[in-house]
Amino acid sequence: MTAELLLPLLAAAVQTGTPILYATLGEILTERAGVLNLGVEGIMMVGALAAYVTALATGHAGLGFAAGAGCGALLAAVHAQVCVGFRGNQVVSGLALTILGTGLANYLGTPYIGQSIPGFQRTALPLLDQIPILGPVFFRQDPLVYLSYLAPVFVWVALKRTTWGLNLRAAGEAPEAVTAAGLSFARLRWSAVVLGGLLMGCGGAYLSLAYTHLWSTGLVAGRGWIAVALVIFAFWHPGRAVLGAYLFGGVMAFQFRLQALGTHLPSSLLLMLPYLLTIFVLVAASVRRRGQAPPAALGVNHEPPD
Amino acid sequence: MRKGCLLLGMIFLVWMVGAGGAGAADEALKVGFIYVSPVGDAGWSYAHEQARLAVEALEGVRTAFVEDVREGPDSERVMRNMARKGYDLIFATSYGYMDSMLKVAGEFPDTVFMHCSGYKLAPNMGNYFGRIYQARYLSGMAAGAMTRGGQIGYVAAFPIPEVIRGINAFTIGVRAVNPKATVRVVWTKTWYDPATEKEAAKSLLDVGCDVIAQHQDSPGPQEAAQERGAYSVGYNTDMSAFAPRAHLTAAVWNWAPFYLEVVESVRNGTWKSTAAWPGMEKGIVGLAPFGPMVPESVKTRIEQEKARLINGETRVFAGPIKDQQGNLKIAAGETASDEALLGMTWLVEGVVGTTE
Repeated sequence: MTAELLLPLLAAAVQTGTPILYATLGEILTERAGVLNLGVEGIMMVGALAAYVTALATGHAGLGFAAGAGCGALLAAVHAQVCVGFRGNQVVSGLALTILGTGLANYLGTPYIGQSIPGFQRTALPLLDQIPILGPVFFRQDPLVYLSYLAPVFVWVALKRTTWGLNLRAAGEAPEAVTAAGLSFARLRWSAVVLGGLLMGCGGAYLSLAYTHLWSTGLVAGRGWIAVALVIFAFWHPGRAVLGAYLFGGVMAFQFRLQALGTHLPSSLLLMLPYLLTIFVLVAASVRRRGQAPPAALGVNHEPPD
Repeated sequence: MRKGCLLLGMIFLVWMVGAGGAGAADEALKVGFIYVSPVGDAGWSYAHEQARLAVEALEGVRTAFVEDVREGPDSERVMRNMARKGYDLIFATSYGYMDSMLKVAGEFPDTVFMHCSGYKLAPNMGNYFGRIYQARYLSGMAAGAMTRGGQIGYVAAFPIPEVIRGINAFTIGVRAVNPKATVRVVWTKTWYDPATEKEAAKSLLDVGCDVIAQHQDSPGPQEAAQERGAYSVGYNTDMSAFAPRAHLTAAVWNWAPFYLEVVESVRNGTWKSTAAWPGMEKGIVGLAPFGPMVPESVKTRIEQEKARLINGETRVFAGPIKDQQGNLKIAAGETASDEALLGMTWLVEGVVGTTE
C-alpha cells in the first residue's frame, strides 16, 4: 500500500473512530463513578435523531449538536434515576435504555427518512493542515472531529486534576469512603452518568450531522456496543480510548479499501474484521496487570447508612 | 367498574371499525401494499408508494399500505390481517415475504396475492419483478462516457443473482462506450446503512474511482461522490436531490403501469398466476433525468440504445460475453436465457472484485 492510499486510510480511521471515541469517553466517565451503562446504543440513536431533527428545523448544525448532546444527557438521567435514585439493577436498566432509545428513535424518526441536511462539512484548519502526514490525517476533517480531540483531554483533566474527579473516582472505588467523608454519593454518580450520556449523545449526533447528513433507522448500527467493549480495552483511561477508537475505525475503513483494491479475500471475512478485533481486544484485556482493573464498585449499588 | 366500562367501550369501538370495513368492501376493490422499509422521500419503498398513489386514483378502487414491516412472522400477521379485512389484492414488495405470503395465500383462496422479486407461485399468488438490469446497462453507458480515469466504483449490497446481474449489466454498458474501463466492486452486505455505504464509496474514491454507482437504498454513496467532486449513478429513484453536482442519472423503477394492469385484470376477472418479468418496453424501469454535466452526444447515444432495447433490436446480455477469468460464458450470436439471468453468480470481464 502506497503513501497516497495510506494517508486517506488514516484520515478515514480518525473519522470512522470519532463517534466511537465520543461514546467510549462517555462510558469511561460513567463507569469510573461505578455505574455501568449498557444503554449507549440507545442513547446514541436518540442523540443522532435529536441532532438531525434540530438541524433540519433550525438550519443550524451547531444547535443540532447541542440538542443531540442534551437529549443524550436526558436519556442518561433516566438511567441515573433508576440506578442511583431507585438503586435498580444497572444491567437491566441499561439494556432497557438501549431497547427504548433505539425503538423511540426509529419510531419518531420515520418521517425524516430520505431527507438531507447540510450539517457539518470538512474544513481544513489553516497552517496545521500543512504539517506533513499529521496535517492531512488530523487537520482536514470536520469541526466535530476537532472537538473530539479536546474531549479526551477534558475527561482526563476532570477525572485526574479536579476534586470533583477525585470524589467521582472514589464513588466508583469505595462508596463507603465517599459517604464517610460526608459527600453526596448520589450526586456524584448522577453527575457522572448525565455527563457520560452527554458525550454519548455527541457520538450519535456526529453520525447524523457530519459522518452522513441523513437520518435512517439503525443509523448507529452497533457502534454503541463497540464503545462498551473499548472501555475495557482502554482500561478505563481516556488516553487509551483514543487509541482504541482509531484502531477500530482504521480496521473498518481498511477492510473496504482492501475490497476496493481488488483483493481476492472473501468480503464476508473482511466485513468480520472489526468484530473479530472486538473479541480479540476483550480477550487480550482479560489478562490484566496492576492499574488496569475496573473500578472496584462498578455495577454495585450503594445503600447509604440511615 | 371503570375498567369494565373501558372494556365495553373498546369492544364497541372495535365492532364499529370492523362493521365500517365490512360495509365498504362490497363496492370498491380493496388493494393492500406491504413495504419493508419506511416510505421516506426516495428509494425502493418510495417507488412502490408512487405506484400505489396511481392505483388509488382509479375510480372504484381503495388502497392501504403498511410500511416498515419486518420479513418473517410480522409480515405474515399483516398479510393475514389484510386478507381477513376483505382486501381483494395484496402486493408484498420484498423478497423475504415470499414464504409468509405463500402460507397466507393458502388460507385465503379468494384473495389475489402478488409477491415482488421472489420465485414461488400458487393458484392465487403471482410473482413479479422488472428488468432493472436494462436500466443499469444504460446508466453504465453514462458512467463509462463520463469517467476520466477509466475506473468506476460500484457499492454493492449482497452477492445474490439480482445484484450480480446489475453489476454485470452496468459493466457491459460501461465497456460498450469505454472498452478499457474497469468497475471495482465493494460489498457492504447491507440494503440500507448510509454510514457504511458512504464509507465503502469513499474507499473506492480513494483507490482512484471517479464515478460511483450503487445498489443500496441510501444516498450515502451519492454524498461521498459529490464531496470528492466525482460523479455518481443512483438507484431506485432519482437521487439527484442528494448530490446535484454528482448525479449523472439513476436506474429507476416505475411500477405504476404494471400495478394498474394487475389491478385492472383482477377487477375484470382475467388475472392469472404468473411469474412476470416485464422490462423497459412496459416502462417499468427507466432512467432518471440526466444531470446538466452529461453532454448531448452521450444523452443521444443512450436514448438511441434505449430505443433499440425497447424494440428488441439489442439485448444487454448478448454474446460474446466473457467472465473475469476470460472464459467465454455467452457465445457470439447467443443471448442469456431468463433462467441463466435469474441464477447468475459470475462476474463479467472488466469487474474487479469477487462474489464471495
